[in-house]
Amino acid sequence: MEIPYTYKPRPDTGLYNAKVGIWLFLASEIMLFGALFSAYILLRVSAPVGFWPDVGLAWPRGLLNIPIGTFNTAVLITSSVTVVLAWASLKMNNFARFRVYMVITVLCAFAFLGIKSFEYNDKFSHYVIRLQDGKALTGHIEVDGKHPRFWNFSDQWSVAKLVDQKVTKIKVEMDPERDMNGHVKAHGSHDHEVREVAVSDIVSLSSYTPATHPFFAVYFLITALHGLHVLGGALVLGYFAFPGAKMWKSNPEQFINRIEVGGLFWHFVDLVWIFLFPVVYLL
Amino acid sequence: MQSTASHAHTSATDSSHGHAHHEPGFFGKYIFSTDHKVIGIQYGVSSLLFLLFGFLLMLVMRYQLANPGKAVPLVGPLLEFVLGQEIAKGGVVNGDLYNSFGAMHGTIMVFLAIVPVLFGAFGNYVTPLQIGAPDMAFPRLNMASFHAYFLGGVVMIASFFTPGGSARSGWTSYSPLASINDPTNLFDGQTYWLMGMVLLITSSLLGSVNFIATIIQLRCRGMSWMRMPFFVWAQFVTGFLLLLAFPPLEAAGLMQLMDNLFGSSFFLPQGLVVSGSPLPVSGGGSPLLWQHLFWFLGHPEVYVLILPAFGIVTEVISNNIRKPLWGYKSMVYSVMSIGFLSFIVWAHHMYLTGMGTKVATFFQTTTMMISIPSVIILTALFISLWGGSIRFNSASLFALSFLPMFGIGGLTGLPLGFNASDIFLHDSYYVIGHFHYVVAPGTMFAVFAGIYYWFPKITGRHMNELLGKLHWAGSLFFMNCVFAPMFIQGFKGMSRRMSDGGTTYFGGLGGDPGVLKLNNMIFWSAIGLGICQIPFIINFFSSIFSGKCATSDNPWQATTLEWSTPTPPPHGNFLKEPVAYRGPYEYSVPGAKSDFSPQGDKN
Repeated sequence: MEIPYTYKPRPDTGLYNAKVGIWLFLASEIMLFGALFSAYILLRVSAPVGFWPDVGLAWPRGLLNIPIGTFNTAVLITSSVTVVLAWASLKMNNFARFRVYMVITVLCAFAFLGIKSFEYNDKFSHYVIRLQDGKALTGHIEVDGKHPRFWNFSDQWSVAKLVDQKVTKIKVEMDPERDMNGHVKAHGSHDHEVREVAVSDIVSLSSYTPATHPFFAVYFLITALHGLHVLGGALVLGYFAFPGAKMWKSNPEQFINRIEVGGLFWHFVDLVWIFLFPVVYLL
Repeated sequence: MQSTASHAHTSATDSSHGHAHHEPGFFGKYIFSTDHKVIGIQYGVSSLLFLLFGFLLMLVMRYQLANPGKAVPLVGPLLEFVLGQEIAKGGVVNGDLYNSFGAMHGTIMVFLAIVPVLFGAFGNYVTPLQIGAPDMAFPRLNMASFHAYFLGGVVMIASFFTPGGSARSGWTSYSPLASINDPTNLFDGQTYWLMGMVLLITSSLLGSVNFIATIIQLRCRGMSWMRMPFFVWAQFVTGFLLLLAFPPLEAAGLMQLMDNLFGSSFFLPQGLVVSGSPLPVSGGGSPLLWQHLFWFLGHPEVYVLILPAFGIVTEVISNNIRKPLWGYKSMVYSVMSIGFLSFIVWAHHMYLTGMGTKVATFFQTTTMMISIPSVIILTALFISLWGGSIRFNSASLFALSFLPMFGIGGLTGLPLGFNASDIFLHDSYYVIGHFHYVVAPGTMFAVFAGIYYWFPKITGRHMNELLGKLHWAGSLFFMNCVFAPMFIQGFKGMSRRMSDGGTTYFGGLGGDPGVLKLNNMIFWSAIGLGICQIPFIINFFSSIFSGKCATSDNPWQATTLEWSTPTPPPHGNFLKEPVAYRGPYEYSVPGAKSDFSPQGDKN
């Protein structure tokens, strides 16, 4: 028994099976990310006023690093170009060049993930601190010479942990002041002000994690899900570049199809980021 | 003479397809099989077991409703033993346990029983045969789909044994209710429920990609779109519903998982107070968001439950009336319209959430629109009966009673679709009556019809007709005794959520005690319904081994392609390349040599 059209196109549809499959899969992926983007919009428009304490906004703005995000966008777009060049190299029967382009693609993917994890780490050690007088501070904190992460999962709105450790003062490396649009007010002053805050003045402190605000919840969920897609795509493309490349000898036509299908997925992953970057970083 | 009779059914052992590859062992043959027919049977057996399990949960609940606070006889000690002292003390179903059974009854019936039996079992077994394909387009994905489903089922069942018991926020898992569980017990029933759902969604994603690709790519020569049996069309549209409607629930499930595990507030509003103390979360989320995402799946899901049932009923009826189906093309266009419209009706489940009258009006309009194509399909099937010489066997009796039963289910839905009347009926027993009429005597009857109809193809033996008719008559009678009283209870204002069957509510208000007595009638009818399934279970197993042998490969004298394969079909299905020469329902064609002209016969 042989299943027809596994790699030869069916005459009336002009497609081989895997290509139909990947387009259907991508349609489903669009619904998945579409739902997440819709959730972002709904949460943002319905956020209560003054909910983010920094400048009295409902929704935090300007907290993500735009230059790094732009650079990451460039990295992903580059990988999208190279994955097409890899496919085209195979079409031109040049396997060596295919492998070079594929390796560049996979390296770009891992560069993207590396940069992303750097951004994540920065957020996990970045705090919003609400004070007794109703004001709030944001910045990295220093407790007994250490920079703690994730201090909020169990005791998010209490300072019980600090009291338990008999800490009376913490240092806050303050973020620069921002206006309503999230832009930094005073340009030119690059050194961050460090302020000492007495623990007794603090109502709550919480690092930038999903528990802190729905913005971070949706930011981490979408970017993490996108990151998983990048990782999955990189593993599959890496497989095609090395162990899976044996098929180039046995069935070159099917191998080229595989690269095409993998490339379609890769473009989709890129496209999600192209929407994600402006929505989450810029708007 | 029957043209297909010449294919002796002993040809299953024929090795015309089996060149050189060695016979797979037990695991390769039954557990890790990539053959669509074996996967179909795997799906069928597992989903029927889940169906029985969901039914038994419901019996325990019905006992509690009829006799609030009393220890359940027979199964009470078992519950106490299995679930532990804390959860089922003295074999009594308390409020929490009732909620947990309610949530799991819904989840198991919808996601583990009905969808898999319609789409996974019948879809897998019959679709490739009807379009003349050797297998599904992606056989290994097909296997992965079943395994993900099975694992999802295991996770769901395992949730009963977690500390605190299984999920108990309804099959809809509304937030914040589903997110305010004990924060010291992160892996509680709700978390299991969400992880199980992620597996089930993965399974249906793999399945739907496979079905759609198969139907687009693997139709045999001559099998044009308008020559496809209606069953295949129904599966095709169902595939799209599963493909596009499930991902938003996956997104919602991931968000709820984050709410429960990482303390985020996707669905938790600001200032939420639980049992007198503020919940230690940031708030700022939206409970409505969950409902929108859930029902964006939830409503297409309803059509996932009914479209394949339409397909099965159409196959069985067209075969047993011995005349062409009336309005095949309008049925095809109707099923496509239903598929499209089902994506824009979801918020009719949310009229009472305060989302606004303008939005409600929009969804009321689309809801009325979607009833039109459903009525077209039902009408076409009714008109098809006119002037037919109907054969009344078990399969056709179930299929024929599907029509009025689904009719009741559908028509009682209209007052729920209008938001003025829904304000009164919402969340009452009327709703339960309505959707159970659609799914129980509706979809389930189609499933039974399909089992009786395709059994000879799958096993080479007929099921017993006497036991089948007993099963049919009893089921039809008791189904109505179970669900019809619910309409009355609903009109009287009985809420669907009360674990004491409304005793406190009606007692406090001095309401009509007759409504409460109906709980007793429903309970005994449900027992009767259970007893009526015994002939089916006996019939099912005994017929596999000792049923009447099918006299040919096409014992029903049907026209569609699955009947031109050997019985049971071997790996690869067809002995020679099938070709479709004509439409799917050419019965009693004037001038033809018999009263049926199979699609695969040249003349």
